[in-house]
Amino acid sequence: MHALHPPGEDSGQARPDPAGNSRSAVPPGSKTVLGSEEIRRALTRIAHEIVERTDGASDVVLLGIPTRGVPLAHRLAARLSQAEGHPAPAGSLDITMYRDDLRLRPARSLGHTEVPAEGIDDKIVVLVDDVLYSGRTVRAALDALGDLGRPRAVQLAVLVDRGHRELPIRPDYVGKNLPTSQREVVRVLLAEVDGQDAVILGQDSAEPGADGAAGAGR
Amino acid sequence: MNRHLISAADLSRDDALLILDTADELAQVADRPIRKLPTLRGRTVVNLFYEDSTRTRISFEAAAKRLSADVINFSAKGSSVAKGESLKDTALTLEAMGADAVVIRHSASGAPHRLAGWVRGSVVNAGDGQHEHPTQALLDAFTMRRRLGRLDGLRVTIVGDVLHSRVARSNVLLLRTLGAEVTLVAPPTLLPVAVGSWPCDSGYDLDAALPKTDVVMMLRVQAERMNAAYFPTVREYSRRYGLDDRRLALLPEHAIVMHPGPMNRGVEIAADVADSPRSTIVEQVANGVSIRMAVLYLLLGGAEAAR
Amino acid sequence: MSESAWLIKSASPAGGPATDLLLRDGQIADMGALGAADGARVIDAAGLIALPGLVDLHTHLREPGREDAETVETGTAAAALGGFTAVHAMANTEPAADTAGVVEQIWRLGVRAGYCDVRPVGAVTAGLAGSQLAELGAMADSRARVRVYSDDGRCVSDAVLMRRALEYVKAFDGVIAQHAQEPRLTDGAQMNEGEVSGRLGLTGWPAVAEEAIIARDCLLAAHVDSALHICHVSTAGSVEIIRWAKSKGWRVTAEVTPHHLLLTDELAETYDPVYKVNPPLRTKADVAALRAALADGTIDCVATDHAPHSVEDKETEWQVAAFGMTGLETALRVVQAAMVDTGLLDWAGVADRMSVRPAAIGRLTGQGAPLHGRPLQPGSPANLVLYDPAARSVVSPAAHASRSRNTPFARMELPGSVQATFLRGEPVVLGGKLVASDGQAASDSQLAARERQSQRGQPAGPEPVR
Repeated sequence: MHALHPPGEDSGQARPDPAGNSRSAVPPGSKTVLGSEEIRRALTRIAHEIVERTDGASDVVLLGIPTRGVPLAHRLAARLSQAEGHPAPAGSLDITMYRDDLRLRPARSLGHTEVPAEGIDDKIVVLVDDVLYSGRTVRAALDALGDLGRPRAVQLAVLVDRGHRELPIRPDYVGKNLPTSQREVVRVLLAEVDGQDAVILGQDSAEPGADGAAGAGR
Repeated sequence: MNRHLISAADLSRDDALLILDTADELAQVADRPIRKLPTLRGRTVVNLFYEDSTRTRISFEAAAKRLSADVINFSAKGSSVAKGESLKDTALTLEAMGADAVVIRHSASGAPHRLAGWVRGSVVNAGDGQHEHPTQALLDAFTMRRRLGRLDGLRVTIVGDVLHSRVARSNVLLLRTLGAEVTLVAPPTLLPVAVGSWPCDSGYDLDAALPKTDVVMMLRVQAERMNAAYFPTVREYSRRYGLDDRRLALLPEHAIVMHPGPMNRGVEIAADVADSPRSTIVEQVANGVSIRMAVLYLLLGGAEAAR
Repeated sequence: MSESAWLIKSASPAGGPATDLLLRDGQIADMGALGAADGARVIDAAGLIALPGLVDLHTHLREPGREDAETVETGTAAAALGGFTAVHAMANTEPAADTAGVVEQIWRLGVRAGYCDVRPVGAVTAGLAGSQLAELGAMADSRARVRVYSDDGRCVSDAVLMRRALEYVKAFDGVIAQHAQEPRLTDGAQMNEGEVSGRLGLTGWPAVAEEAIIARDCLLAAHVDSALHICHVSTAGSVEIIRWAKSKGWRVTAEVTPHHLLLTDELAETYDPVYKVNPPLRTKADVAALRAALADGTIDCVATDHAPHSVEDKETEWQVAAFGMTGLETALRVVQAAMVDTGLLDWAGVADRMSVRPAAIGRLTGQGAPLHGRPLQPGSPANLVLYDPAARSVVSPAAHASRSRNTPFARMELPGSVQATFLRGEPVVLGGKLVASDGQAASDSQLAARERQSQRGQPAGPEPVR
């Protein structure tokens, strides 16, 4: 689950903004590392890489991990069908029930899982997420996938790889490698969810282990 | 959510919707090749059944197992309260076994309430005497929402032995919370004396209520009521309050027919009505597992501190 | 007990002007502004109210049969701590108090314990079975001198049997104390029938089940011109019927329990059987009617229905738990909270409703029975209680002398504190604590003397109020 604080909620580290751009979605003390145009280009590039590495993407099923992986998967699917002329199936894969940190927080509400009608057996499943961090979400997604069927191969596409892996997991497609410190928080905003596209790097103001650190950090 | 689920009144509107939404997602698990989630691995759920109810026990057992919990079935039926181990001693035993949740079915109203005072784990009421059966109400609401697409403003008519029915009590409370309008229809002998203070309407005339009904829920007539002068004869009851073909035709076309089971075919519901496409009776059973998975997940799936 | 004298300084008799009381030879020897008296020990009672020793018409002492819940000794100790100097021990023991032998045994156990006078109540029907009269006359003639008869816990529901009982006890000035509960209307009943019972799914106990029996019995008592006492009145409707019967001049008296004056059926929402009682806790409107009836005298007296139960009988599911609450040690405090602090009754009223009238109903006249319920005046027996109405404390069942802990007032803050209780001039409670009883150690001759005392009640005074 993406712990995306609403703009401005990140008040712990908030400093007076000399520029006075308080209407911006970028909280004080944060900076935009990708704008909407850069996100668009990154996704287009990833789509092309998928086509290249899957022999025309004919067997590809894109599964986004809620919340923001899902619109990303659908955007990639649209680009794939544009490029290849046949529709690329896209869906969503909720991993809540497979998380390894369930007991650290109150029970959370579930995201939606929707596997395209084609199913995933013998397909190349491309998991799509916004930020790759510890790798634990991807681990949970692999478990969840195993209970749904048996893909021929599983690949991973992320908009941002911020490093600090805790598990032996690597992405196949990366929009942007973003070296970060663990004290920093990466936020992805998408038009479908947030009304605009942006990737923001901020300081972690929340106490360790709280929503901000654990969620956005995955 | 509270730590326990004892009464439908424990649930806020948000809690109830969270359970229904969670159940919607979990219902998919039944259609997957592997009908199991690892979520409650290492957690222990005890089914403590002081009353025979195979269907409810199996439903909770399936729900807990689909979430990978360890399930211990403790059937205390037959150990009469007078000579058997007391509920409190049983509670202390369960506590020692490290039960994370106790699902209790008991003939005494309030037994889950008492149990909750004696154990640390979550207590889930699977039916207590003539008091409540909150997971039944949740699965009924879930079934209505799936069939009719909404609960807000839905007109639900509950028919039969309201006085002794835990299903009716829980449904009145939950459906009210979720914005439905409930009408109870029964012979006056089978309505509580203070039914006027309940958050619903009540009446004696089934034929008058049916045309204004989106959901009709038929309650089971318990055998022991039949000889206790609540009504003259089963035949008269069936004639005045049974759902037959003629009455089915009085319902609006979209209306559905529910029954918590087990049914007395030919008494409160005619066989062909029970088997008609408008009947949700089989669906209710399947939905029961999803609802109970949702309840167990939301009570046990998170941090201890939150419970 | 040793012969001794006590000088009580500056007590307020029934809430009146402070005065001194000299207790000597079992009597109130003198009152007024008194100097030091020869050999008299002095108690400073400034700020304390003196009341005539309280009389309970309705106590379950459980002995013989359920000594795990209460014994005559622990029950009477609890009574003394509550300010009672006489209690009526209900007949539903095992075996039932339905013969001269059993009532004499209970009476003797009371004498031996020595904390207060124990007046056995005789069963109306043999074995409380409701089918055949017990030997009412034999119990009346026994050393226990039984005058009050009751099948309490069960109703004498057979109208013919009730009529015969009322008639029969006229021969020895007896009174039938009816537990008014129509059995068919209360089959399986768990709590007051109303909004709360419907919500909790507990079988309802309709008010009419009590009121119908009271109405019938008032008419029967009138018809045979006998004395009827109504136990633990719990509904507003019952009050109306009793008021009507009294307006006719019929010989009907009634009692109300402290818990029905303070608690309501909403407490059942906890499903804690400590609130399960027969008759059940009723509604706010009933409580208001009961208070008003006690204040205007329609209800004659407060009686505790002290009903001790073992932990096993209460730490259970509601519907399998036993009915009943303890009450001796909290009665006066609850009456202060419900009646005095609300302005409904003054302390003279309390003396009347908790001592004078119950003593009259129980025939505690000093003739063959001990004398209780006399106003505090020179010549009266020195049965009295010193009570601090300004104290407040939280009720702690663990501190109770009763063997059982099923008080519904646990953890409630109540006003008042019983400071001292005197039985025929001897302190049984001092400083709020029990004075060690010499009952078990007393010699046979001492016990015999005490038996005589408790029958004469000494001294013979004028006829008590009836």
